[in-house]
Amino acid sequence: MNEKPLLRVRGLTTEFATSEGAVARALEDVSFDVLPGKTVGLVGESGSGKTTTLMALMRLLPASGRITKGKVWFNDTNLLALSEHEMRDYRWKSMAIVFQGAMNALNPVMKVGDQIREAILLHDLMDRSAAEKRVRDLLEMVGIAPARRDQYPHQYSGGMRQRAMIAMALACAPDILFADEPTTALDVMIQAQILQLLKEIQKALGLAVVIVTHDLGVVAEVCDEVVVLYGGKVAEYGSVDRIYNHAQHPYTQRLLESFPDINNPSETLASIPGTPPRLTQLPPGCRFEPRCHVKINRCAEVSPPLLEVEPGHYVACILREGKEANFQ
Amino acid sequence: MTPNPILEARELHTYFPVPQSLFEALMRRPHLSVKAVDGVSFALMRGETLAIVGESGCGKTTIARTLIGLEAKTKGEILFDGKEVALRDGQTAIGLQHLRQRAQMIFQDPYESLNPRATIFDIVAEPLVVHGLAKSERERTAAVATALEDAGLRPAEHYFMRYPYELSGGQRQRVVIASALVLQPELLIADEPVSMLDVSIRAEILNLLRDLRQKRGISVIFITHDLSTVAYFADRIAVMYLGRIVEIGLTREVLRDPQHPYTKALLSVAPAPNPRLRRKRVILQGETPNPINLPNGCRFHPRCPVAFDQCKIKDPQPTVLSKTHQAACLLLEK
Repeated sequence: MNEKPLLRVRGLTTEFATSEGAVARALEDVSFDVLPGKTVGLVGESGSGKTTTLMALMRLLPASGRITKGKVWFNDTNLLALSEHEMRDYRWKSMAIVFQGAMNALNPVMKVGDQIREAILLHDLMDRSAAEKRVRDLLEMVGIAPARRDQYPHQYSGGMRQRAMIAMALACAPDILFADEPTTALDVMIQAQILQLLKEIQKALGLAVVIVTHDLGVVAEVCDEVVVLYGGKVAEYGSVDRIYNHAQHPYTQRLLESFPDINNPSETLASIPGTPPRLTQLPPGCRFEPRCHVKINRCAEVSPPLLEVEPGHYVACILREGKEANFQ
Repeated sequence: MTPNPILEARELHTYFPVPQSLFEALMRRPHLSVKAVDGVSFALMRGETLAIVGESGCGKTTIARTLIGLEAKTKGEILFDGKEVALRDGQTAIGLQHLRQRAQMIFQDPYESLNPRATIFDIVAEPLVVHGLAKSERERTAAVATALEDAGLRPAEHYFMRYPYELSGGQRQRVVIASALVLQPELLIADEPVSMLDVSIRAEILNLLRDLRQKRGISVIFITHDLSTVAYFADRIAVMYLGRIVEIGLTREVLRDPQHPYTKALLSVAPAPNPRLRRKRVILQGETPNPINLPNGCRFHPRCPVAFDQCKIKDPQPTVLSKTHQAACLLLEK
C-alpha cells in the first residue's frame, strides 16, 4: 500500500438545486484513493451518489449541481482548482468515462468508427490517417472486427455497443477509466465477457479503473477496493476481502446478506425494510438509522464520523471503535 | 406424483412471421419466421415453483406470454388444470377469460406496468371489474384491501387514493403483485419480477412471493436470467436456449450436477458475492444466434466449448438422467 495513489478524492461534497427550491446534498464528505493499475468499486443503491461521484470527478455535473467542498488530486494537481479550459486537458486524456447505458450513449446517426475517431481528433493527438489506424487498433483491442467500423450503432448488439464505448474511452490512452454500471442491462454471459475484457485491458495498459455498480457480484469479481455509499456518504471503505468477509457497517452486512448466493442458497434472504433517504430530507443523525436493525438512540442524533477500524478499513458507524479517519 | 398438473405445455411452438416486402412476396421468397419458442414441453404441479432461466432472446418471455394467451401459439397444446386452453370455454377446454381469472402474470417493470393516472385502488380493483366480480362497493373494497395487505402494503387504506408516482419501486412492484392476487389466482407467472429493483428491495419481493406460495399454495412460473435468485426460490429449474429447454430438473440437481454444457457455462458466470470465490469461468464467446436462421444440428454447437462433429448434424433429444432430471446433449446420448 505504499504506492502513491493516482487519484485522491478528499471530502467531496456536492449540492443540487431541485425544482422545488430545495437543496439536495447528493454527496457529503466522500474520500477515497485510486492506486495505479488497481480497481475501485463504488457500490450503493439508486440515489446513493455513485454516478454523481463519477460526474463530479470528471467535472461533468449538470447545471443544477455544484461541488461545494473537497479536493480531487490527480497526481499533484487539484482538479477542482483548474479552469474549465485546463480541465479539458485532463478529461479523456488522463481520465475517461464509459457512460451508463451503452444503448443510448452512442450517436445513432454516426458510424461507430467515426465516433471513436472524433474523440481522438478532438484532442488533437494525431493526424487523420494515424487516427484512423488507432480506431482500428482500438476496435480490435475490444474484440470488434475492424471491418465493422463503418456500421451504425443499431447494427451492433448490446454487448458490442458496450465494447465500442470502452474503445472510445480508451481513445486518448487515459490513466484512469471510470465505468458507470458497465454491465447492467446486459445478459450474464455478455456481462462476464465485458468484465473479462476490462480486466484484460487493465492488465495490458496498466489502467486504474473505477467501477460504479449496484451488483455485489461484479464487485467481488473484479475490484481490489470497495467504497460503499449510502445516501451520499461513505458507509464503509476498504479492501474487497475485508468488506466481503468482515463487513462492519450494518448496511454493508445486510446488503451482503440480501444477495442470493448460488453456492449456498439460504432459506430466506435478509431484506432491508424501508427505502433509501430522500436527499432533500436527510435524517439529522446517521443516514441509515431509519432502516438500521442495530440502532441505538444516539444514532438519530449524531452523524457518525468515518472511523479507521483496522489499517485501510473505514466504517461510518458509532457502534464501532477506531480512530477517526485522517486521509493524507 | 399422482395429482394432475396445474399447467402443462406439450410441444409448444410460437413463431413470429418476419414481414416481407412486396418485392420479396412477388419473388416468392420463402416466408421466414422468428422461432421464439420451438418445441417446449413441461408440466407444472400444483403448489410448485418452476424457474425458466436463460439469456435474452432465448424465448422465456414468449413462453410466459403464450401460456397466458397474450401470444397465439403456432403449434402444440397448453393444458390448464387438465383442460385445453382455447378461445372459449368448452367441455374439455378452458377459455382465455376463465384462464386469466385463474392464472395471472406479474410483469418486469413496475415503472411501466402501472397506469400513472389511476389510483392504487383503481389499479388493483380493475381485474375485478374486468371479470365482473365483487360487484358491490363493499365487496370490492374488501377484496382490494386483502390483496394489498397480502402484497405487504399495510395498512391498505393508506394506499387506496395514492398514485404510482408517490410510491417507490419496491412498493410499485407490490401493487403489481396485489393486482395479480386480487383474483385469487392458482397460478402466477412472474416475468423477471425483481430485475428492475435495487438489491435490498429485491430480497423483500422474493421473500413475499415465497410466502405467498407457501401460505396459499399458489403455483409459480418464475422467469429470470439470474440463476442465483432461482437457487433460493424454485423447486425446479428449466434452462432455455434458443427456444428449447436444454435442461430441466430439481433445483439441486441442476445447480449441483449440471449436465448440459450451456447450464455449466451459465452457472460458472453466476455472480458469487465473495472475492475468495473468483473461479475459473467458462465464458462463452459470441452471442445467442438469431432465431430466424437456427444452426443445424444442436442449436448450441456454434458456442459450445465441447462440441464435436456430430453436433453439427444431429439435433439432440432429451436424455433422461433421473426421474426428474433431463438434458438434451449428444454427449449424454452416447
